[in-house]
Amino acid sequence: MTEKELQPKVKTEAPAKAERVRPGRVFLPAVDIFETPEAITVLADMPGVTGDKVTIDIKENHLFLSGEVGPPMGPGETPVVQEYYTGDFQREFHLGSIIDQGRIEATIKDGVLRLKLDKVEKAKPRKIEVKTA
Amino acid sequence: MPIFTFRDPWSDPFREMERLRRQMERLFEETFAPELVRMRPGVYPPVNISEDRDNLYVRAELPGINPVELEITIHEGNLILRGERKIPEESENVNYHRRERESGFFRRVVALPSPVNPASVEASYKNGILTIKMAKPEEIKPRKSRSRPPREARHD
Repeated sequence: MTEKELQPKVKTEAPAKAERVRPGRVFLPAVDIFETPEAITVLADMPGVTGDKVTIDIKENHLFLSGEVGPPMGPGETPVVQEYYTGDFQREFHLGSIIDQGRIEATIKDGVLRLKLDKVEKAKPRKIEVKTA
Repeated sequence: MPIFTFRDPWSDPFREMERLRRQMERLFEETFAPELVRMRPGVYPPVNISEDRDNLYVRAELPGINPVELEITIHEGNLILRGERKIPEESENVNYHRRERESGFFRRVVALPSPVNPASVEASYKNGILTIKMAKPEEIKPRKSRSRPPREARHD
């Protein structure tokens, strides 16, 4: 069995779309998005984000995700070495399907957000018979 | 229709000022932090190290890891972090749009900037962030000087 060794990655900063009031950097969380015929699931790595600091905004097929991160150090600590930056997470997607607003499941555990979005049932395709006179 | 377009700073001077202000702020932040060592991480996971009077703290962002599988060792002034990030397989009938989250193992040595007491290591894993707290030995802690009044008033 070949095991894969994890490589360090520099976090990508999110493009500024709106002027921010909260100071600090904003990063794009790494995501997995997969789809079944019934639902779309989004998994996002947001280390340091707790459940009460997650914002999920869905309008039809547009998804906005954000998570606020607390202070990176305890009070009274001074930084010595910094290899990564800390900041909030934010990302937006246009999903291929319309989402059922009433059935959204979101959980966050160990800094990983899992979001299950059920698709709205579309009108089934109808076969139209042409009457012959 | 203009053939050339370039950004005219006077078309929206406030936005331009705000942009400049942010750039200056970032430059300032990156230049005038002489004690802080900024490093590009060569090995996963990147770590941030900080200290207070009594302890040294090493932090790493490790989302979605089972902390039981983390192996933390202190050896001759080095901190060794080993572990694996596993991403469970989803059911077979899913199709991916994005697959950016990575799984794999890691083994990293972090040279500690000051000696620590190996018996005092405490590790905690919370919201995907690993924090390792290590006490500095008594002899290297800064001594309290009595001739100088404390610089800041305590709020607690």
